[in-house]
Amino acid sequence: MAILVDKNTRLLVQGITGAAGGFHASQCRAYGTNVVAGVTPGKGGTFFEGVVPIFDTVQQAVDATGVNASMIFVPPPFAADAILEAADAGVKLVVPITEGIPVRDMLPIRAFLDARGVRMIGPNCPGIITPGQCKIGIMPGHIHKPGRIGVVSRSGTLTYEAVGQLSRLGLGQSTAIGIGGDAIIGTKHIDVLKLFQADPETDAIIMIGEIGGSAEEEACAWAKDNCTKPIVGFIAGATAPPGRRMGHAGAIISGGQGTAEAKFEAMVAAGIHIVRSPAEMGRKLAEVIGHRG
Amino acid sequence: MKIHEFQGKEVLRKHGVPTLRGAAAHTVDGAVAAAQSIGGTVWVVKSQVHAGGRGKGRFIGDVDDAALDLAAAGHDAPGKGGVRVVKSMDDVRLAAKAMLGQRLVTKQTGREGAMVHKVFVEEGCQISKEFYLAILLDRAAGRVVVMASKEGGTEIEEVAAHRPEAIVKEWADPLTGLGSWQARNLAFGLGLSGKAVGNFVKLAQALYRAFLAADCAMLEINPLILTADEQVLPLDAKITFDDNALFRHPEYEAYADPAEEDPQETEAARHELSYVKLDGNIGCLVNGAGLAMATMDIIKFYGEEPANFLDVGGGANKEKVTAAFKIITADPAVKGILVNIFGGIMKCDVIAEGVLAAVLETGLKVPLVVRLEGTNVELGKKIIAESGLRVIAADSMSDAAEKIVAAVRGA
Repeated sequence: MAILVDKNTRLLVQGITGAAGGFHASQCRAYGTNVVAGVTPGKGGTFFEGVVPIFDTVQQAVDATGVNASMIFVPPPFAADAILEAADAGVKLVVPITEGIPVRDMLPIRAFLDARGVRMIGPNCPGIITPGQCKIGIMPGHIHKPGRIGVVSRSGTLTYEAVGQLSRLGLGQSTAIGIGGDAIIGTKHIDVLKLFQADPETDAIIMIGEIGGSAEEEACAWAKDNCTKPIVGFIAGATAPPGRRMGHAGAIISGGQGTAEAKFEAMVAAGIHIVRSPAEMGRKLAEVIGHRG
Repeated sequence: MKIHEFQGKEVLRKHGVPTLRGAAAHTVDGAVAAAQSIGGTVWVVKSQVHAGGRGKGRFIGDVDDAALDLAAAGHDAPGKGGVRVVKSMDDVRLAAKAMLGQRLVTKQTGREGAMVHKVFVEEGCQISKEFYLAILLDRAAGRVVVMASKEGGTEIEEVAAHRPEAIVKEWADPLTGLGSWQARNLAFGLGLSGKAVGNFVKLAQALYRAFLAADCAMLEINPLILTADEQVLPLDAKITFDDNALFRHPEYEAYADPAEEDPQETEAARHELSYVKLDGNIGCLVNGAGLAMATMDIIKFYGEEPANFLDVGGGANKEKVTAAFKIITADPAVKGILVNIFGGIMKCDVIAEGVLAAVLETGLKVPLVVRLEGTNVELGKKIIAESGLRVIAADSMSDAAEKIVAAVRGA
């Protein structure tokens, strides 16, 4: 059953009538995701692609269609509000793809979601995919292959890189998650490792980190004593200079904290099989589990 | 987005934080006029550059190379610094003249220094103690943390490394803000007593409110001072704004200082490209921040250094790719270019066309390796192959890195 999303996921798209929201809602449907509703305030009563009902509010969509996950494409000034609306309407999994939400807007969200038992993936993330079953996000579906390797990363294209390497070696994925590049995100590396460890359909894991913060170290500390499945790890940003933000709001080395070297060391200490070249993630994993392509 | 001290204090005043009286000037006469309008008998003339460590900084041309090397390393050096206390109008004039139009070398500017275009003249005051205070996001906690230390004037990184117990911290709950009891904890932690405690609490809470209202990413007051009459005031103010919140503050546009920015980075920002100039010789054009960092890393893995970080973003079009290519080639240090695209939303054929358009427009004077993968990869490869240009095609990240490193070394 992989993790978090599968054939039973009933997806809502918030911002479905926008250019990006519409394009990706369409792509997700083409992949086979069960997109059951859209929300755009003021466009209630119309249909997306002639078949997906659009509602004015998330509550209406939940009541009418049994939504259990939401993909959010609402622009940055209104995105935090959209997350809160979904959580308040009882949606248990929210995936804000939106890039560029101000930190001040994200600060109060955690407590609100926790109080309602809602999991958030992102924001500023590519989303989550269980190959062959459900794609929520902007990743190219065709590079994925159903299988038993879990993939977790902050970034989009670096996740695709790992997935592409695995698929090329004949190694399919149970679930691949891009948790997002922002400083405040809903689901961290440690949370995903826990889910993969508990998932009977995941045999091994690729974990990709980035410079900045201490989320990778935290995940490693947990994995050391609790994760029995083999993990292959890579940290992006070894060449990044301190004090400069590398695209992602979270990717900045400040005050000597969050360096790639410290994170690689934490991985080694946790028994994670590291690769120094991002081109070796797939091959290393195949070697670790004794897979012959 | 970084701003100058005088702008930072303007932001603080706007949000109800008391500051000393001061005015900025870009000419020597302006500085004198500022001092006259402030009145009093003691003033502080401060160089306005985005870098910190100005007091220990030294001016190029004013002191010898040995002193400049010391200043660049953050050590005490002979000569006068970028912040000066003066007691007459003549000295205001002399200080402003020594700073304006000169390059100031500090620990944060590097040896080349930063040009001083403005000075800030502020009233002097009786300092009895100096502290450090900063407000920023604690990512692990997902909360705003207010941290303070008794070691005012010293860089917090140094204190954290050698005397971590000297730093006191309080995490503000997003719902209730920074409580008075939390601000008192900080005040007692700094060893304050009497009237100073209440004054500190008022100031810390005002700073916290300003941090949120102004959408700051970081607010650093170093030093925060206790005056002889027990007032607590910010003597310096270093503010960085949350770039994601700039849409809420159109007034910040006036704070931008093009003289402090790298021209290529400014051009990149205009095209909504994420670009950071680095010191190496291989230019990179990549989609996605994570893959862009990984591309820099793999260049280093094969023995060369990246010339830049460049993320064209997820939804780039042909024009954006062309602009990105031009920015990379404008850097004279670039001896080769690596294009690494994993097409998701972005289609490989669009990238290929953008690269070709840029090459046709600017010419291609250095080796170019292109690695395409993902959506419409075959079409993208075909466009490159049929263009007749000397583009080296690569099949994987490692193949691409090996080829560009070999090409740069062979050239």
